[in-house]
Amino acid sequence: MSAPMLSFERVTYSYPGADAPALSDVSFEIQPGEFCLLAGLSGSGKSTLLNAVSGLVPHFHGGRFAGGVTVAGLDTREHGPARLGAFAGALFQDPETQLVTSSVRAELSLALETRGHGATAVARGVEEVALALGIDNLLDRSNHDLSGGEKQRVALGAALAGRPRIVLLDEPTSQLDPVAGDELIGLLRRLNQEWETTIVLAEHRLERCLTAADRVIALEHGRLACDGEPRAFLQWAARRAPALQTPGAKLFALAGLDPPPVGVRQARTTLRAHGLLTEEDAPARAAAAARTRRRRRRGLALEMRGVWHELRDGPAILRGVTLSVEPGESIALMGRNGAGKSTLLRHAAGLLQPTRGRVQRAGRVALLLQNPGDYFIHERVAQEASAEALAAVGLAEMAERNPRDLSGGERQRLALAIVAGDDDRSAAGPPAVLALDEPTRGMDRESKAELAAELCRRADQGQAVIVATHDPEFAAACARRAILLADGRVIADGPASELLAGGWYFATETARILGGAGGALLPEQGAELLAARAPLEVVL
Amino acid sequence: MRPTSGMLFFYRRIASPLHATRATVAAAWTGSLIAATLILYHPLVLFALLLAVLAAGMGAGVGRQLARSLRTAVIVAVPIVVVNVLVSREGLTVFARLGDLGPFGQGDLTLEAVVYGALIALKVTLLILITTLAGLAVDPDELLRVFRRLSFRSALTATLATRMLPVLAADAQRLGEAQQTRSTGAPSGARARVALLAAVIGGSLDRAMDVAATLEVRGFATAPRAPRLARPISRHDIAFAVSSASIVALAVVGLLTGAASFSAYPRVHMPTSVGTLALCVALMAVVLLPFCDRRGIDP
Repeated sequence: MSAPMLSFERVTYSYPGADAPALSDVSFEIQPGEFCLLAGLSGSGKSTLLNAVSGLVPHFHGGRFAGGVTVAGLDTREHGPARLGAFAGALFQDPETQLVTSSVRAELSLALETRGHGATAVARGVEEVALALGIDNLLDRSNHDLSGGEKQRVALGAALAGRPRIVLLDEPTSQLDPVAGDELIGLLRRLNQEWETTIVLAEHRLERCLTAADRVIALEHGRLACDGEPRAFLQWAARRAPALQTPGAKLFALAGLDPPPVGVRQARTTLRAHGLLTEEDAPARAAAAARTRRRRRRGLALEMRGVWHELRDGPAILRGVTLSVEPGESIALMGRNGAGKSTLLRHAAGLLQPTRGRVQRAGRVALLLQNPGDYFIHERVAQEASAEALAAVGLAEMAERNPRDLSGGERQRLALAIVAGDDDRSAAGPPAVLALDEPTRGMDRESKAELAAELCRRADQGQAVIVATHDPEFAAACARRAILLADGRVIADGPASELLAGGWYFATETARILGGAGGALLPEQGAELLAARAPLEVVL
Repeated sequence: MRPTSGMLFFYRRIASPLHATRATVAAAWTGSLIAATLILYHPLVLFALLLAVLAAGMGAGVGRQLARSLRTAVIVAVPIVVVNVLVSREGLTVFARLGDLGPFGQGDLTLEAVVYGALIALKVTLLILITTLAGLAVDPDELLRVFRRLSFRSALTATLATRMLPVLAADAQRLGEAQQTRSTGAPSGARARVALLAAVIGGSLDRAMDVAATLEVRGFATAPRAPRLARPISRHDIAFAVSSASIVALAVVGLLTGAASFSAYPRVHMPTSVGTLALCVALMAVVLLPFCDRRGIDP
């Protein structure tokens, strides 16, 4: 057996000033060419573990470090991030801070120049990595002009440019649309198979990448909780950590089927073997074409008519969007990066004015932007929102905490309290429409479920809810209607059970497994469907 | 969401002769404009230079940004004139008397102080416009490569500084936008502004740490000298290099021959000869001629 590419030996690490260690007694080895997935809830230690591999822990962050980490034969206690970077390429969560130059070409070149490559090798390396990642059309663009997803791909290109032997990725698909996310995972798999690059990938949406992985390491409170093949991990998750189950595994567990499927193909094979998947399972009627929906002309919470957003000296971001939203409707706004989702929400909230067309609002449109931290300007939670607003989102107990000390899910709820108001202090009463822009970025499944429940509650109370999201599972959990945007246009608008069941990329895993049958989007709905087909014991 | 606007201007590679010029030559060209601004004092010549810079901005496709910068420069220029009129005691042509100002002496406002203040304001305006033009049209990455060949520490500092500016500008824009969406409306008042500023500064420290971490793992700390780029000398490199040398030469000639001589005190003395007019025309010509050749300028 060859020497391990990565080795952790009884690693315990605490950040400076922290009470509890972020990593506790972690030991494992990863062989060259392995594709390893890191799983765990928010705060379980995934990012810290990746930082320990890149040498940022402890060299950059400080703190107390015990045990040993070896990367490609180099002890991280003796070699810093700069030396380790020659072997380990790293991609962190926020692409904004990972671009250090002004243009894409310079960004990719810098990654090679700092490793001592000559001018010819730099030029060739830049072209190759750009072609591999499909960013060759961006090479001469300014980094300032890139969307979040484009920045993520450029940062990945910079990490891969030097052809590192091990690649560390911390939620690389969090800002990518489902198509780009799948492409990225496919690319990583190709790197892994063709170049034998070792991949260590931390991700919340495990269903996206589980089929590509050879192995899954799960962390709980900084401790190694599971280390095994994907199927063994899913069996462990079913017993010990249901929040880490993939939708497919949950569907099987609810339907009383075993073993849990690692991917859609495996799930379909198993279902077919049990006679639960028949060829006549046609996809639900696809709402592929944009439809003119008959709406009441009165009582709309929001109406957009022929809204255009055209940049001066630039492209049109929205192209004649017409949209009616009724009170109590819950809508998922989906589409690829750059389709115009965020711009549409800004028009709905009045942050932008259409260059053509008009927007009518029945009342206030509360818009929750992508980064909840941008709302926090005070030292105490109680200063950010009223007691009533905090109580409405379940944060009454945390009034004296510093907003920045809250967990990811709690920060999102506090930001929701700030924009929604729900109290007498708000300028125009409770909002008629609550719009959220990518609210689940970086959230684990538990926090997403809590947020989805909160949005459903608000919709039931008569608030219209619009959520721009790349996450079909979240969209299915919180929306009854789905709108697909492409190139600034509405290309599909219909019930979520149709739109999220009939597609491939913009579809939930349950819908893909069941071929869109019955419009079942969530594991619970899928299990009910399966229960109706066979006398299996369904555990609901 | 793509950025649509911002308070700061950033370099973008667009189709213009100046953008098509290598960064070192483009920087030298803007440097020569700065040198001419500092050397020359004749208001007519400086005004000609101002027109030339504005026209150059249009030729480089950044005229709109330069116009916005001009508005900012005027806001800076007006107080310069006012302060000079109030503090200068050198002119002879008094147009208003403020009486005895105690330790500051007689408060006589003079025409010469107005003229000299306007001249300094014109120079400051020019410097602001030229640096804006440089920021918009000179590729900072290419310049940083040159720095990395000369001094690693300088390059590291410059890289962090140039990267943090747009990051912080984006942060400030995002925070401002988020505050507008609060249910209680955007916070107002001095305390709210201080709290917002503290949030931006606090966030900027976190951001700086993240950018520094990225530079660490990219191996910037152990980077060798950047390789020399094998890039052929283009027609635009030659044109702007010749233009740079000509601008400096004309400024020196103007200074030495007296064609650009000017004195504000004790009385305004602004000899305007054929030589002065010729200098104005020549300066405008050498500044703008490189923009006439628009072959091969596409990014």
